[in-house]
Amino acid sequence: MDVTVKENPAETTQQRTSEKISGSQAVLEILIAENIKTIFGYPGGAIMPIYDALYDYNDRLDHVLVRHEQCAIHAAQGFARVNGDTGVVFATSGPGATNLVTGLADAMIDSTPVVCITGQVYAHLLGTDAFQETDVVNITTPVTKWNYQVTDAEEIPEILSRAFYIAKSGRPGPVLIDITKNAQLQLFEFKPYKKCTYIRSYRPKPIVREEYIREAAEVINGAKKPFVIFGQGVILGNAENEFCDFIEKTGIPAAWTILGLSALPTHHPLNVGMLGMHGNYGPNVLTNECDVLIAIGMRFDDRVTGRLDKYARQAKIIHLDIDPSEIDKNVKADIPVWGDCKETLPLLTELVNKRDHSEWLKKFRELQQKEFELCIDAELNPDGPILTMGEVIKFVNECAGDDAVIVSDVGQHQMVACRYANFKQSKSHVTSGGLGTMGFGLPAAIGAKLGAPEREVVAVVGDGGFQMTLQELGTIMQNNIAVKILVLNNHFLGMVRQWQQLFNEKRYSFTDIESPDFVTLANAYGIQSASVESREQLKKAVQKMIDHKGAYLLEVKVGKENNVFPMVPQGCSVSEIRLF
Amino acid sequence: MKKEYTITVYTEDRVGIVTRIAVIFSRRKINIQQLNTSPSEVEGIHRFTIVIEETEENMQKLIRQIEKQVEVLKAYYHTNEEIIWQEMALYKVSSECITEKVKVERLLHEYGARAIAIRKDYIVFEVTGHREETEKLIRFFEPFGLVEFVRGARVAILKTSTGFHEKVKLFEEYNGLPNANSVQEHEVAIQ
Repeated sequence: MDVTVKENPAETTQQRTSEKISGSQAVLEILIAENIKTIFGYPGGAIMPIYDALYDYNDRLDHVLVRHEQCAIHAAQGFARVNGDTGVVFATSGPGATNLVTGLADAMIDSTPVVCITGQVYAHLLGTDAFQETDVVNITTPVTKWNYQVTDAEEIPEILSRAFYIAKSGRPGPVLIDITKNAQLQLFEFKPYKKCTYIRSYRPKPIVREEYIREAAEVINGAKKPFVIFGQGVILGNAENEFCDFIEKTGIPAAWTILGLSALPTHHPLNVGMLGMHGNYGPNVLTNECDVLIAIGMRFDDRVTGRLDKYARQAKIIHLDIDPSEIDKNVKADIPVWGDCKETLPLLTELVNKRDHSEWLKKFRELQQKEFELCIDAELNPDGPILTMGEVIKFVNECAGDDAVIVSDVGQHQMVACRYANFKQSKSHVTSGGLGTMGFGLPAAIGAKLGAPEREVVAVVGDGGFQMTLQELGTIMQNNIAVKILVLNNHFLGMVRQWQQLFNEKRYSFTDIESPDFVTLANAYGIQSASVESREQLKKAVQKMIDHKGAYLLEVKVGKENNVFPMVPQGCSVSEIRLF
Repeated sequence: MKKEYTITVYTEDRVGIVTRIAVIFSRRKINIQQLNTSPSEVEGIHRFTIVIEETEENMQKLIRQIEKQVEVLKAYYHTNEEIIWQEMALYKVSSECITEKVKVERLLHEYGARAIAIRKDYIVFEVTGHREETEKLIRFFEPFGLVEFVRGARVAILKTSTGFHEKVKLFEEYNGLPNANSVQEHEVAIQ
């Protein structure tokens, strides 16, 4: 397959004449040419030549030494999610590479552009069960958008240029390039690097078909109760403005998936809240009342749809997506609008009539009021002295400002953070949505802070997830990364416990979890910290955390057996959502 | 309802593509019944022929998953009526069957089979055809002592196809631009 490259003098800044350099140096030169500044990684035997070369590139590349390779890729994901660039990871062969698998699966399902470079044993040792040899290309095939093993340094420029192109273009995703040690050491003639812009067999975007746009516009123009649901596609396509123009012209209420969160400001008059299992009452119930459902850059995850055969059966479905395999995958689309929403939304906006759906919007607001009375009020303004996660999130969010980045881990606190934090700019919320990777929060927050150093970054983690990756406090310490860590401690693996309470007759099987003294722990890493459990202490402590210049850990002890509501129980329809 | 479908996939010639395609099926617990890899009419482009049993609805989804792979150029699926297909089988039979020479010759003629190796103690027959034909011959040979049987994966030619040369040109013309993607061609192909 041929890489055809458009000659662009700006892209080949270094007009050096060909010279012999090592495969390792080539890797680093290519990173610089690809405008990569930050690498997350961990050295080891099979990637030593690259690390040796890196020693001389310290002035041009920042390498962040993590404490576990899984966290290197989660950090790269957090980095990519806040600034839109591709995250880069280095890891060694064998265990180094296998430790990346969770992060690759996470980046795959959440469409995050990441390029992982792993060391591999010498090519002549492949297949001999050499020390730290593992078949990483085959292990990672189902969880990468593309992967490849390089055994000859001559391949490095072409393969890496493809890796960066594939990771970022179309629907983004993780790419893994495995480089054998001999290829890293091999000297070869490094010609001026050219970025890849085309691969014959790869179609990043489907062609936009105008007949579907016209058909969609007609249906939207005739709709009485249209409803927009959107996901991360809007953010990945940099189409926030195009999206806003579309809903504002049509006046259609819009609800988001958790990965779509922050694409539309919380207080936008057409923002009606969150979809899915712990989403808001209105958007869930009214999914089964709307007459036209317009899905934009989202993939109808089962946590969003609930029971599929009772999902929006009455509605005409219009589905906009860049990935043709998402259309009809879970929900059959009446009108498939293939393409990048950055291109399709303006075309659609042009053809739709300016409308006002305030009566229909009022229905969402009425249900929101009902949700407030029966559910939200008790969470945000509890009667008793015991703190709820909701009020803590609300308060931290107010203190940090709605332009702060919130990185949440996985579990009850994640749902609460999504429900109660307000955002006014895009790319402000990072979480593991599709894979639900506990332990994602802290390393992703490290990456997010490095990806957006000027912004406040708050990691919201539970006592369970925090203990899965808390060794990264070491990374924070060594690199002075000013993340604010909010540990919501309920002494339980809360989400599982909630299910055990609701569906397993309170048989709390291995969900009570003990924690170390988090304050002492943080102090051991030289990170300032505090622990609070009352409302009076909370306000001061949160303010102190936000005002603090460096990293800070705040543990807040919250109600042990609080539940997240509303909830669509598994196997139920979205309209069977429970408020309590 | 599940039906037998033949999938044709055009790919770049790269290590690892078999795995990328195979995991699409195994992840969904679909058994690949037959798998053939072969060069295609275009140099450097490989052609996979895969036979599975699935519902029409799932076939569309599977094809889109296959086409999503970076190194896949195009994938199609067809019912048996839409293709011209053959499967080749080899039968190793004890030489004793020679004793009923007349009967054997008549049947072999009927099935288009031929003896491709004749040894002192065994004969190897070859037949190429549809499943029923190769299967019938198993039953025919059994009484004579069928020592070994093997059937090759299906190869199929699409009745409506005009070949892949034009498609490849199309892929190459759209250098870096969103191109004439799967979509409309695909929909034509599946009808």
